[in-house]
Amino acid sequence: MVDLLTIKNLAVDFQTRNGTVNAVRDVSVCVKRSQKIGIVGESGSGKSVSAFAIMRLLDSGGKVTAGEVSYNGIDLRRCSEKEMRDIRGRDISMVFQNPRAALNPIRTVGKQLVDVLHQHSLASRQNARHKAIEALAAVKINDPKSCFSRYPFELSGGMCQRVVIALALACNPRLLIADEPTTGLDITTQRSVMELIDELITARQMSAIFITHDLALAAQYCDHIIVMKDGEIVESGEPESLFGSPQHAYTKKLVSATPRPGVELRDLLPPTLSGEPLAKMSVVVPSNKPLLEVKELSKEFNTKGSAFVAVNKLSFTIHENESVGLVGESGCGKSTTSSMLMRLLDSTSGQVIFNGSDLFNTGLREFSKDKRRASLQMIFQDAGESLNPRHNAATLIREPLSHLTNLSRKEIKTRILELADLVGLPHSLLSRFPHQLSGGQMARVGIARAIAVNPRLLILDEPTAALDVSIQAVVLNLLADLRHQLQISYLFVSHDLRVIDLMCDRVLVMRGGEIVEQGGVNQILNDPQHPYTKELLAAAPAPPVKNDSVEKFRQEESDLLALNTVGF
Amino acid sequence: MAQTIPVVIGVVVISFLLTRALPGDPAVYFAGDAADAASIQQVREALGLDKSMPQQFLIYVGDLLRGDLGQSLSSGQPVLTDLTYRLPASLELTLVALGLSCLIAIPLGVLAATRPGTWVDHLCRVLVTAGVSLPTFFTGVVLIYFFYYLTGWAPAPLGRLDFIYIEPDRVTGFYLIDSLLAGDIETFLGALKQLILPSITLALFTMAPIARMTRSAMISALSSDYIRTVRAAGLSRTTILRTYAFRNALLPVITTLGMVFSFSLGANVLVERVFAWPGIGSYAVDALVASDYAAVQGFVLAMALLFVFVNLLIDLLYSVVDPRIGFADNE
Repeated sequence: MVDLLTIKNLAVDFQTRNGTVNAVRDVSVCVKRSQKIGIVGESGSGKSVSAFAIMRLLDSGGKVTAGEVSYNGIDLRRCSEKEMRDIRGRDISMVFQNPRAALNPIRTVGKQLVDVLHQHSLASRQNARHKAIEALAAVKINDPKSCFSRYPFELSGGMCQRVVIALALACNPRLLIADEPTTGLDITTQRSVMELIDELITARQMSAIFITHDLALAAQYCDHIIVMKDGEIVESGEPESLFGSPQHAYTKKLVSATPRPGVELRDLLPPTLSGEPLAKMSVVVPSNKPLLEVKELSKEFNTKGSAFVAVNKLSFTIHENESVGLVGESGCGKSTTSSMLMRLLDSTSGQVIFNGSDLFNTGLREFSKDKRRASLQMIFQDAGESLNPRHNAATLIREPLSHLTNLSRKEIKTRILELADLVGLPHSLLSRFPHQLSGGQMARVGIARAIAVNPRLLILDEPTAALDVSIQAVVLNLLADLRHQLQISYLFVSHDLRVIDLMCDRVLVMRGGEIVEQGGVNQILNDPQHPYTKELLAAAPAPPVKNDSVEKFRQEESDLLALNTVGF
Repeated sequence: MAQTIPVVIGVVVISFLLTRALPGDPAVYFAGDAADAASIQQVREALGLDKSMPQQFLIYVGDLLRGDLGQSLSSGQPVLTDLTYRLPASLELTLVALGLSCLIAIPLGVLAATRPGTWVDHLCRVLVTAGVSLPTFFTGVVLIYFFYYLTGWAPAPLGRLDFIYIEPDRVTGFYLIDSLLAGDIETFLGALKQLILPSITLALFTMAPIARMTRSAMISALSSDYIRTVRAAGLSRTTILRTYAFRNALLPVITTLGMVFSFSLGANVLVERVFAWPGIGSYAVDALVASDYAAVQGFVLAMALLFVFVNLLIDLLYSVVDPRIGFADNE
């Protein structure tokens, strides 16, 4: 195999108000023809910056300070802007995160494709439309002709990403750089988009660089993985060896923090410095006493005459001390359901019995003063967005205490410190504002707020979706410990079945406003009955199984094969 | 469209009430200095001001429906006639000024956005600051001093047309258009000469918000994800700027244009005064001073209708540029 792209000792600096930041240091990568390379790292590791540096698309303030980048013998650092323009799109192209924003909102999809084809002189005025439709058909868009004249806002997220891929592949480039191409997409969409990219680059014998935070995803689709941390490459290798015997401490941490079948929550955490084993996870046994009974709960939205049924006759029960997972894709009604259970949204019909009393006997507005408000709390998806940016951590935690309890000022103060200890937030951080906290610390503040008033039921809406995997591991462990300590029931809303597997006793699988399957977590994950559940399970990326010895592997092979067929 | 009707009704009511709330008694004003109580009463009855407010309102609305805006007491002519003569004068000035200001401000804003920190950016900033901080009557007087008094390049600032020209036949009321329709190039040039200084004065003032909005809209468009996508696809700088960034930046610029047009129609009173322009602004001020109810009401109503029309136009323009808006309408 011949090298297509060689990066040698690349360094990128950013000039910021607080001085120079070395975003990338001494990065060397070599992409061979038809090779698929994965660059994996958490936020701030410099993985995207490296890609933009290759394409010379760094934001103002960013500058390549050292190193060589050569593509097919061309020195990309020194060629003219005009030559670079011909290389972009024609030889090296990119696919981005957040496909909807990556397309011009006020130009039709077809015209955007035609612009690119024209730029690289691959289409004449007469055949541009035809070629653009061909490019759309290549990414398996149904009815590419009608898609040609559509605007991005008329397409779903997955469709938009297909269009972005069509744009990137329209001119038959040799190398595709995909920067978090499926982050923010549903798990089944993620699978189909990844399969599509994989299929197209294989068929066209292209090379690819996948940039992702998801180690399992990279392992599934790449031949070679590079792990980055703080702007440097810490380890690289084949996916199997990287997963099987990670060398660098950071890779070990990353590998162990990735939720996967056959591990417990505690296994996700790195070993303590002293080498002592972590405190054992206590087993919570759910009681048989129902805490929340949902009966035929429905919600219709009326928009300009046409009714849309978001939730259709939902019935389920959550017992005391039980953790129930709610899985489904965006638009399946899980957020509507949690809003109704939180009494933030009125239902159209149905009944919810909470702790023996009808939840709907108090009006929506009056419920904030109802004494049951404290027993029903929620942890929101984006910890940063859901905290008032002008309040510091202590004020944020105080809020529910002063609204929903009769504690005196002094008692509240003690309680805040107590809660900070409970969620592992150092007292020195209590005076900080949200933007001064890290993602994990913000999540802790959100958790402290929710548990401050001793809730009986906690609804967790994708609590770790925005977090890096190593922080997710810590937060999940914290949540599991809290559940045991405080005897709370959880309704855990997530799209990640691997997380549900670790956190829940039972699972509800939702689709189109209805529960299509429910049951014990082991039963659903190992022996799904409904085709949709099977589809969801198959869509989850499967990390290569970590094994210390081949013998052990052989021994477990049969079990693993069984698991692999359902997607793990 | 459906929203415009309540707006118009509201304007009719408010313009009526506001004019009655003004201090000053028109009967006293028009009866003259030497009038006694009896003659003032006589004038009052002649004006219908002795009737109760609801009655006066009904009469006013009835007249309006017949297209009668009343008689202006100060000019002695029907208000409608006054307005049809003066509104085009103001509109012509405002539109030419706005056109001029867009021609300079939009390219300037675009250049400033694409070359931040360079001399174009600084020039843009200086112009924006100067434009808003210098009052129009001041810039107007300075321009007259240089271009009429010192150099004599511009004609005397005495209205829409020098007296050596004959007013073109009235079709639209816009001298530039009417003279062209009549095929009279000389009058066209004459009218254009008269327009240059006042429209520059007004343009200097209106340039600031347009340039500023263009600059910031372009900057935010240029830093968006879709620009990154097409840069990565190798599109040329011209295509990126024109087709991708500028069209997206146009949306806030159009909104600003509508606002600027509305306030400059009202704000050009000072320019009209300085250049003896027979526009609607100076007409309204005169009427207000004289407590000329009918004229003031007519002015407020005409302006309100104009604003409603301009807003409608802006909305339509918006839906042409932004497909997402047309979609919402179809639903």
